[in-house]
Amino acid sequence: MAALVRLETRLSRLREEYFLKNRSVDEDRKIVYKAAVKIQSWFRGCRVRAYLRYLNKMAISIQKWWRGYQSRRYFRKMIKTAYFIMKMNFYNEMAVRIQKRWRGYYVRKYTHNYYALKKYLEAISLNNEIVRNELQEYAEMNEKKKKKKDLEKKEKEKKYKARKMHYLLSTEQIAGIYNSPFRKFPDPMELLLRQSKPLSHRQQQPKSPFTYDLYDWPTCKRPPAFPTGEPLPPIGRQKPQGPFRDAAEVLRQRYKPLEPTLRVAASISSPLEKAREEMKREEWRKCIHDNEFLPFSSYHKNEKYELSIHASEKIGKETYGIKHFREVQPNKWIAGKIYLLHHCSSSFSLLIYILFEIHLFRGTVEVEFLYFLKMNCPTR
Amino acid sequence: MAVRADLSPARLKISFLQTYLCSETERSARRGHSVGTPREDTPRGHPAAAVRCGGTRRLLSAGAVIGAAAPRYRRARAVGGRQLRGDRRGTPPAVPPPRAPALRSPTNTFTVHRAGEKSRVPAPSGRFSRGIKGEGVISLLRPLLLDVVPTIQQTAALALGRLAYFNDDLAEAVVKEDILPQLVCSLSEQNRFYKKAAAFVLRAVGKHSPQLAQAIVECGALEALVICLEDFDPGVKEGAAWALGYIARHNSELSQAVVDAGAVPLLVLCIQEPEIALKRIAASTLSDISKHSPELAQTVVDAGAIAYLAQMILNPDAKLKCQVLSALSQIAKHSVDLAELVVEAEIFPVVLTCMKDSDEYVKKNGATLIREIAKHSPELSQFIVNAGGVAAVIDCIGSCKGTVRLPGIMMLGYVAAHSENLSMAVIVSKGIPPLCTCLLEEHEDHIKAAAAWALGQIGRHTPEHARAVAETNVLGTLLSMYMDIRSSEDLQLKAKRALKNILQKCTYLPALEPLLHDAPPNIMKHIVGQFSKVLPHDSKARRLFVTSGGLKKVQEIKAEPGSLLQEYINTINNCYPEEVVRYYSPGYSEMLLERVENYQPVL
Repeated sequence: MAALVRLETRLSRLREEYFLKNRSVDEDRKIVYKAAVKIQSWFRGCRVRAYLRYLNKMAISIQKWWRGYQSRRYFRKMIKTAYFIMKMNFYNEMAVRIQKRWRGYYVRKYTHNYYALKKYLEAISLNNEIVRNELQEYAEMNEKKKKKKDLEKKEKEKKYKARKMHYLLSTEQIAGIYNSPFRKFPDPMELLLRQSKPLSHRQQQPKSPFTYDLYDWPTCKRPPAFPTGEPLPPIGRQKPQGPFRDAAEVLRQRYKPLEPTLRVAASISSPLEKAREEMKREEWRKCIHDNEFLPFSSYHKNEKYELSIHASEKIGKETYGIKHFREVQPNKWIAGKIYLLHHCSSSFSLLIYILFEIHLFRGTVEVEFLYFLKMNCPTR
Repeated sequence: MAVRADLSPARLKISFLQTYLCSETERSARRGHSVGTPREDTPRGHPAAAVRCGGTRRLLSAGAVIGAAAPRYRRARAVGGRQLRGDRRGTPPAVPPPRAPALRSPTNTFTVHRAGEKSRVPAPSGRFSRGIKGEGVISLLRPLLLDVVPTIQQTAALALGRLAYFNDDLAEAVVKEDILPQLVCSLSEQNRFYKKAAAFVLRAVGKHSPQLAQAIVECGALEALVICLEDFDPGVKEGAAWALGYIARHNSELSQAVVDAGAVPLLVLCIQEPEIALKRIAASTLSDISKHSPELAQTVVDAGAIAYLAQMILNPDAKLKCQVLSALSQIAKHSVDLAELVVEAEIFPVVLTCMKDSDEYVKKNGATLIREIAKHSPELSQFIVNAGGVAAVIDCIGSCKGTVRLPGIMMLGYVAAHSENLSMAVIVSKGIPPLCTCLLEEHEDHIKAAAAWALGQIGRHTPEHARAVAETNVLGTLLSMYMDIRSSEDLQLKAKRALKNILQKCTYLPALEPLLHDAPPNIMKHIVGQFSKVLPHDSKARRLFVTSGGLKKVQEIKAEPGSLLQEYINTINNCYPEEVVRYYSPGYSEMLLERVENYQPVL
């Protein structure tokens, strides 16, 4: 009950309190609301911020890891390339060393080979020496030839002079000018005069106008001259008296060559006959035997061989005419026929046998063999 | 007539001639008779015939001998000729002067060639011929060319040729008087003597100038001459070839005209003929044709001339060798290919024997040929060196004097210019001493210039080469030539260039020192430069430089500061300690004395 009282006391004030409370609550509501909003917003913000922070951190983490990964990759690549470059540099260096050596060697051996150049220059000097010697020899040879030619020319001139002046030769009585009695020995010219044949002053062959030296022609030093015929007769000759024929005509007539007529010049027999005779003569001369040449062996099958005299007879004197002179024909004999027949038959059989045999062995039989046998049979 | 003035001496001369020639009258009259003229059927010794042929003979003499006769007789002859012409044609002369009957006497006959022989004076000069021109000799001779008697035609042509040969006015007169077409027409018809004489006339006219040669070409003479080249007689061929050669000589258009007329294959055939004179002329014509341009030379080569020319080098005749070598060198000079073709004809080493020939011009032409081949390329020069050509040329230079040496000197220069190995080959073959002697001995400036150039080419490659050149002490000669006022510009230029080229490579100091004393500044620069290159490295040379007075000289040189010369001098001075340099500087003794004067002795 106490509670109820208290409650009743409080009840009067309840409405006011209730009102006041509500009013204070209402009055505080805004503030509280705002405060709640503030708190909530703050909290929400915190939460979001925390969330963002979290996201940020995660993103950073991811990026961090990703970037690390990329750079590590990149770094590896860089290292690789750096290594590669280092290697290449090294190789290049080594290659340069090799090439340096090689180029030096090659140039020194092939392009600017000092020793080869030296050898070449020595070879050149040697070759020059050889060439110089040869040229010297050639020049000397030419000189000699020229001298020889000059000498020969001089000799020729001297000889010609000696021939011309042959009359200066000394005689028994008169010593020539080259053979003065006060000299110990005659002048060489004297000896030359003795050797030379006197030059006759007969007219030389008139020089053909076509033989002048062609070198003269271009400036035409000698104008053209028609060829002159026979030489002119000497001046001042006495003309023979009388109306003689012209000497040239006479000579022409005298030495005219023979011109026989056709009748005289031709022979009696006609050319045809002459040719025939000629042919006959040839044949008579050349003929060895009259046997015609027959081309095939079948033509020679039935030929009878005629032994030569030497082979056909026995050696020694012919008995016919000395020992006997009659023919003997045993097949005409009457007596001894059976015996002979027997003989003959055996010999014939032998013959036949042999004949047969021979025919078998060789195609065309050596008939002489057969006949030889026949002949050498025991006498009939 | 102006002749009247000297009538009496002329009459005396003529009467002298008459008596001289009378002794041959009868004989020559008979001979004149027996020479085949168509009208001559009278028996020998007939005076009328003698007069007739004597008359013609005198006419001929008037023409032919005028060109060749001694000057005193010419006027009388010319006048007499005119008189006689009137006589021959049957019209009486207008005013017969008193001496005319003497000339016209039947006993005064003489054959042309006799007169030509007796009264001939070789090479009458233009002075006489000009005098003759006034008498109208050409117009006198022209109708004689159409004469019936062949001998007269031939001798008239001969006379024309001789007149035109020695005098270009007369040659022009020959062209103006329209004689050439006449000659050309009859060139194809007549006998070989006429052809020879006509070819001689064409040659004589064509020799003087290109315009006259052009006139000959325009009147169609080339075809006729080429037809003559196919003739059987070698003398005709020779005359035709010679005429073609003289025409082709002047310039390349005329050469081309000759080639277009088809002369080259026939000339190559002519070369193969056995007569030496014909070969000679054909070779010289080919040489004249091919010298103008490479195309003409190629035409000659295409006709196959090189093989025959190469064979003929072995011929012993000197003049033929000259011409052949000249022809080959004219062919080879144009291009590398032509030179190679010539070399392929295997002329080496035969050509080297020409260098030892006794005739100077053979040597000269042989050297020219080798030079033309060597100048084209290093390979050809190498080939020549390997064949021993350099030795032969050097010997040739040593044995000759004068212009004959020039091609040989140039050949050495060309060979040495190609490469340093070839230059060394020249040095090894002992090429430098003959060149030095040339430089010293020769009088002509162009030969000296060539020798200087050749030495420059030899010495410019490496220090070895320069040393080889400098050792012969030729640098001083070159310097003196450069400094000499009397030397021609060409010589000075070449000497300077050679000197520069050699000095830029020369490290042989003993040869450089004498030059220090009298060189002009532009050369001095090089000399001092060389010293400045060598001295820093060689102590013995430094000592020698000092003792020989070189350092003193260098100090005396005044150079603009900053110039190359000053730098070189500084380099040299830096090689020596300062006292030495001061000692040798000019005016040092005065400076010392001054110091002595200013010195206060310390008591």
